[in-house]
Amino acid sequence: MAANEFQQHALSVADSQQANAAFAERRAIAAERFAATAWPGRKTEAWKYTSLRSLQELTEASFAEQAKAIELPEAVKAVDSYRLVFVDGVFQADLSGDLPEFACRFSEANAEQKAFINEKLGTVVATQTESARNLFSYLNDAWLHDGVLLHLPRGASLNKPLYLVYVSTSEAANATLAHQRLLVWLEDNSQANVIEHYLSESVASNDDDVSSLTNGITEIHVGQNAQLHHTRLNLEDEAHTHIGGVHLALSRDSVAKCFALGEGGRLKRIDYQISHNGPGAELIMHGAYLARNKQLIDYHTCIEHREPHCNSLEVIRGIVGDKAKAVFNGRIHIHQDAQKTLAELHNRNLLTSNGAEVDTKPELEIYADDVKCAHGATVSQLDETALYYLQSRGIEAAEARMLLSYGFVNEVLSQLPYQPLLESLQVRLRARFIDEARKSAAEKLIGESA
Amino acid sequence: MLQIRELVASVEGKQILNGLSLDIKPGEVHAIMGPNGAGKSTLGNVLTGREGYEVISGEVLFNGEDMLALDIEERARAGLFLAFQYPVEIPGVSNMEFLKAAVDARRSHMKQEELSSFDFMKLAREASKKVSLDAAFLKRGVNEGFSGGEKKRNEILQMMMLEPSLCVLDETDSGLDIDALQVVADGVNAMRDSERSFIVVTHYQRLLDYIIPDYVHVLANGRIVKSGDKELARELEAKGYGWLEGEVA
Ligand SMILES: Nc1ncnc2c1ncn2[C@@H]1O[C@H](COP(=O)(O)OP(=O)(O)OP(=O)(O)O)[C@@H](O)[C@H]1O
Ligand SMILES: [Mg+2]
Repeated sequence: MAANEFQQHALSVADSQQANAAFAERRAIAAERFAATAWPGRKTEAWKYTSLRSLQELTEASFAEQAKAIELPEAVKAVDSYRLVFVDGVFQADLSGDLPEFACRFSEANAEQKAFINEKLGTVVATQTESARNLFSYLNDAWLHDGVLLHLPRGASLNKPLYLVYVSTSEAANATLAHQRLLVWLEDNSQANVIEHYLSESVASNDDDVSSLTNGITEIHVGQNAQLHHTRLNLEDEAHTHIGGVHLALSRDSVAKCFALGEGGRLKRIDYQISHNGPGAELIMHGAYLARNKQLIDYHTCIEHREPHCNSLEVIRGIVGDKAKAVFNGRIHIHQDAQKTLAELHNRNLLTSNGAEVDTKPELEIYADDVKCAHGATVSQLDETALYYLQSRGIEAAEARMLLSYGFVNEVLSQLPYQPLLESLQVRLRARFIDEARKSAAEKLIGESA
Repeated sequence: MLQIRELVASVEGKQILNGLSLDIKPGEVHAIMGPNGAGKSTLGNVLTGREGYEVISGEVLFNGEDMLALDIEERARAGLFLAFQYPVEIPGVSNMEFLKAAVDARRSHMKQEELSSFDFMKLAREASKKVSLDAAFLKRGVNEGFSGGEKKRNEILQMMMLEPSLCVLDETDSGLDIDALQVVADGVNAMRDSERSFIVVTHYQRLLDYIIPDYVHVLANGRIVKSGDKELARELEAKGYGWLEGEVA
């Protein structure tokens, strides 16, 4: 099948870049796979509710040559961490700190690390078969140049979180394509906290601006009895598209706690592919997605229970307002050998306007007979009785609506263990929800007078 | 303070209040008793302006002003407070945030300065002590996982913080043990003064031993069918509502 215009363009830009020679072969193979994968359409299951049509507008987009000088938000600076900053996909040394001995950028890796990266990339979750689901992993491979490796030896504990800050600054005039890669390898009994924080430098005002694309792929191996805390914040603005994924493999008796937040953006599609590869592994995932205006946010999570005695708990909430749309697809696949599995998936959605839409689909596939599974998905509106209660205390209607939306997501948010980030998000979300409530009140007034 | 004249109101097309009149002067405490489904909570909801409660005729004057023309939150800021029969849980919003938003709204209406966080916390802690709620409750979600009695005490806590001029207590005593009842009554009594008025809706005369009312009314079929002093409550306790059948019909 012939690649479409976007596919061709993305590959030709990848080709024109100066590339890390260590990855030449991987790039070439991935480029072929990417070109050979049929572009997803409505009939492609993995992309059924999310159209990629807008990517065709990126056929002029290029890559950033240099990292712009930007100012980091105070909350980012306040997190005590090993911080690495990338701007429009390019490493920004001035804003980054020293790395721990267990970590390096791909471009600075020594021979041993290069060999390790080449050996492990793409192995956490098998993505070799050509499929629409892995399309953007191929593209990421085809662009491979820089990236970050964290490789913790047996028994080691990272004393501060590894904090990756990915800033996009693109404006309509020069849309960029940025590809980010993170490989985390936790050997047995080790422990680490990792934060990935995607944000935009300036808030775009016009949602019809040409969108830039970030493609962030993260692969994490959690060794036996190892512990991971992983946070991924996708807070890019209106003019931005993010398509990416987190691949996570859990070994025997390991524990992974994940936190995911998606807010704003023209199009966001994040795929979590998680695999319990050893008995006794545990996954706890909390997440929220918040879409408004004409945004589209799509989270796909897929948990493979391959071994017995593993647990997974997934709590995901969404708030969708204006004419925005959210998609949530939560798949749990319990293989035949995965006896004594405990799996729970809870997805609750709040629609704050009539024009908002959510497509939620929990998918349970169970082949073992001795398992406990619970799943539920709900879609509801703001609770009228609670609104009345707040207003009866003198709280203005818009503020009451804000408080209810805020409370709904704050329950999940409070799982975030980084106080400066939590506080700045709480402020940001309050401002966002009050703005949304005022806007919808104004529209209602106009509607009534018309 | 409050004048209700010939109030007729309906819920979901069903007429519940059938020409209710009540006159409350500053500093007075009025108890309202009456059978289940008589319209006691409906009266509270109509007074606060809850959506879905439609006033068909009659008028309500609050400090001489047409109260029915005001929004829910405007009535509250003007000094009306309803302690809910069934307080609402709002997970994810702390009691503290909720109280702060309410107090800020009331103070800005009264052209008072916004309280600093420090002063506000101090007030909130004092008030929670008065209603015997541990200060930890201020950090929890609004009413989230509170027991029935804790929810009722939380209503009184809000009332203390907001310092309303007219307080409507809808069965705040129901389901309370004697200690909690004492706490609620002490809270109310501490707030009684020559300016502030109360409407106390209850099924139990017992509460009125603690909060001595100036008047007791019987509400039945959406109207006040009998009024008297605190002795009327004793009579009702002893005889029930049956003997008022004539008036009720
Ligand atoms: N939202 C509503 N929708 C439908 N009917 C309602 C609604 N609210 C009240 N009613 C009806 O109005 C009538 C009066 O109810 P209300 O709650 O005012 O009674 P009450 O006197 O407070 O009773 P109780 O002592 O049991 O609390 C009842 O028949 C009730 O079913
Ligand atoms: Mg009632």
